[in-house]
Amino acid sequence: MAKQLIKGNEAIVKGAILAGCRAFYGYPITPASEIAEAAAFYFPQAGGVFLQAESEVAAINMVYGAAAAGVRVMTGSSGPGISLMQEGISYLAGAELPCVVADIMRGGPGLGNIAPEQGDYHQVVKGGGHGNYRTLVLAPSSVQEMADLTHLAFELAEEYRNPVVVLADGYIGQMMEPVEFPAEAAAPHRLSWAVEGTAETRHNLITSILLEPDLLEAHVRALEAKYRRAEREAVRFESWRTEDAEIVLVGYGIVARVLKAVVEQARARGLAVGLLRPITLYPFPVAEVRRLCRRAAAFLVVEMSTGQLVEDVRLAVEGRRPVEFYSRTGGNVPSAEETLDFVQETADRHSQMAVPEGQLAYG
Amino acid sequence: MASYTVAHGKAKCFYDHYERKADLQHQTHYCPGCGHGIVHKLIAGTIDALGIQDRTVLISPVGCSVFAYYYLDVGNIQVAHGRAPAVATAVKRSRPESIVISYQGDGDLAAIGTAEIVHAANRGENFTVIFINNAIYGMTGGQMAPTTLLGQKSTTTPFGRNVWNEGYPLKVCELLASLTGPVYIERVALGDNKQIMRAQRAVRRAIEIQTQGLGFSLVEILSPCPTIWKMNPVEAQHWVKEEMTKTFPLGVFRDRTKEAERRPAPAHAPPLAEIPRILGIANGASRRAAAAAPLNDAEPRDLRIKVAGFGGQGVLLLGQVLAEAGLDAGLEVSWLPSYGPEMRSGTSNCHVRLSARPIDSPLVSRPNVLLALNEPSLRKFLPTVEPGGWVFYNGTALAEDCHREDVQILVRPFTKMADELGETRAGNIVMLGALLESTGVLSEQHVNGALRRLVKSERWLEINRLALAAGREAARKGNGHEK
Ligand SMILES: Cc1ncc(C[n+]2csc(CCOP(=O)(O)OP(=O)(O)O)c2C)c(N)n1
Ligand code: SF4
Ligand SMILES: [Mg+2]
Repeated sequence: MAKQLIKGNEAIVKGAILAGCRAFYGYPITPASEIAEAAAFYFPQAGGVFLQAESEVAAINMVYGAAAAGVRVMTGSSGPGISLMQEGISYLAGAELPCVVADIMRGGPGLGNIAPEQGDYHQVVKGGGHGNYRTLVLAPSSVQEMADLTHLAFELAEEYRNPVVVLADGYIGQMMEPVEFPAEAAAPHRLSWAVEGTAETRHNLITSILLEPDLLEAHVRALEAKYRRAEREAVRFESWRTEDAEIVLVGYGIVARVLKAVVEQARARGLAVGLLRPITLYPFPVAEVRRLCRRAAAFLVVEMSTGQLVEDVRLAVEGRRPVEFYSRTGGNVPSAEETLDFVQETADRHSQMAVPEGQLAYG
Repeated sequence: MASYTVAHGKAKCFYDHYERKADLQHQTHYCPGCGHGIVHKLIAGTIDALGIQDRTVLISPVGCSVFAYYYLDVGNIQVAHGRAPAVATAVKRSRPESIVISYQGDGDLAAIGTAEIVHAANRGENFTVIFINNAIYGMTGGQMAPTTLLGQKSTTTPFGRNVWNEGYPLKVCELLASLTGPVYIERVALGDNKQIMRAQRAVRRAIEIQTQGLGFSLVEILSPCPTIWKMNPVEAQHWVKEEMTKTFPLGVFRDRTKEAERRPAPAHAPPLAEIPRILGIANGASRRAAAAAPLNDAEPRDLRIKVAGFGGQGVLLLGQVLAEAGLDAGLEVSWLPSYGPEMRSGTSNCHVRLSARPIDSPLVSRPNVLLALNEPSLRKFLPTVEPGGWVFYNGTALAEDCHREDVQILVRPFTKMADELGETRAGNIVMLGALLESTGVLSEQHVNGALRRLVKSERWLEINRLALAAGREAARKGNGHEK
């Protein structure tokens, strides 16, 4: 099939337009700027809107406006910009507006650096703005997935009427891989609740304020029910060579790619190692983690942060198994070699702990 | 009570009952004598008069008017504090037929939302801003606004606004009138009936300008807040007229309606079937990969290539040529750059993988091919090369302390050779020629195809052709592999 060698950041834009996205608002930031640059090139040609906003604060509120007007809309940024967008994302969730936000993570905190990191996990996956809301979060680990998961993000955003974040790191954004795009573009379509400035939509209201405690509680409960549904229906993951794995590696984004190489190398040494790669970081693949607990002696989480994803793994494991942690930060990506050393060490420590199959009561 | 003669009964575009309101659905939530109620009537009257009720989208801010949508029977969007101009921008851009009114208080527009209003005005966005200046934060209980008058007491200026602490009242009309973008800017007041009549005309004018597609219009309305000012409605009206207007003179600050050009209508959306072509992904635009991997040797290869050198030596392009050619050859490929400032100065490197099998990690930490375009790169990465791997070094000789017996090293002055071809920057392609010749990876045809896609100018294609030939020649000449 026809394949094109392109950057992750560009794949997001093409994937978005193919998904019917027709508005882009953003503010430049490395390593996400190619998203805005590609959007500036393609959106106007596709009959859409591109605007470089005066800040990420403005950008996310423009996203709010376009979403309220019933248009598929997105923005793209990186850590510092995402921090500025959090108030707006909270409003989008509160007003139940669909949109897609791409976060191409860089080093933090503060200005940090522009090299790849995964330090935005907490602020994105846990709902970094105020109030009881979540964002659905998709974590591509290839350029193909940058395109595919962006498309999926728009579907989920509309289905759940909620912001969806495509959370990638600088390397997934900057690297090139061959991508195969769908042959046909999805048609933009109308949304009955939108405010379009037409007779049919005149009675529609987009708001997030509910002064009465009972009314706000009902609203928050409705949002909660939506998130519970996502937890049942929207979970995605890749469970790779885990059937017989005694050590389950867990990682996402560029780290998951390194971990695949580690699995190969570990198996060549006779270690029963597999990889769980969450594709949705929220909802988190809790059930799969628990299923893997039956067989695995230990989990080993690898991430480019000082420990964010690992918390979700620990929550899912609930103490059934040890959860080990290996990390690099500052723009360093764990190499396959150093990670393999850590796997070996972990295997040595846990070799006596392996539980025979079927002996575990819970799962 | 003040007598407002403007309101002749209820405008059609007010709801009959304010059903979105929890109780007292026949009256507004505004205090008696509040300017917001009056301005709502001015807006409603204009919408009726212009017959634009169905098309109107009202953006309500955060402030006492947060519930403007209780009253106006139009499309309604409530937004974050200060961000109404950003929201209005996007609504109008995506729904150009709509009439968008951004309704904002002075805290909302002139403090927290200063950036958004300035930039929307500067872009000349085709929507209308109704700006309620009541010199105070009403909703939050009377804190200082950017428009609070000098000496005026508020809960956060308990001794009166002091220039040395809080600066001067912000004059929004004057500020925005310094921009080229806006078409119409006027300041009016609700100080008496005559002023209210004037305000009605200004609101209508501003919205009309939008219906004509002329661009950005803003009406600032000096507006009473009797409750916070601790005045009765009559006193408050009087204070607007006598005190506020001293700091905020009334008048038209900008009127470009005569010379303003209609904002061009957005281009028609192309047919859906055109989208893949526009994105450059229609079948013709992207390539079909070759059926089989035409590697020269029998073993399916897994090339893990590290390209490194100074920024400006074409490190990333060299990597890209390899990846593109590999894709053409039916291989799995990946290209991963060092990026950012690193590219501008100092060193640059990229990781390229070409493999007959799916690629796990695109990171190359143990290369089997190192293309070192300078000495620092050689020093840095030579120790990482896998035994049996290839090293191509752009230089004249290896330093004593930079040597390995277990890898094949080809040392050539690639940049100098490119120099002799008349283009220093083609050193990377000379090196590529040597790589192709020495290792037999990738056919000439696939490399040429890649170059044709990546290099746009004919001059450069010709240079690259010569460079490739020179590189091959250099690899063939002499003993070739210098250890
Ligand atoms: C981000 C944020 N900061 C602060 C507030 C609290 N707040 C609500 S309304 C308001 C001031 C409103 O004043 P103004 O815009 O003058 O409107 P008025 O009530 O006077 O009409 C403030 C500070 C908020 N809602 N959001
Ligand atoms: S507090 Fe002031 S601005 Fe708010 S409703 Fe009352 S009078 Fe109007
Ligand atoms: Mg105010």
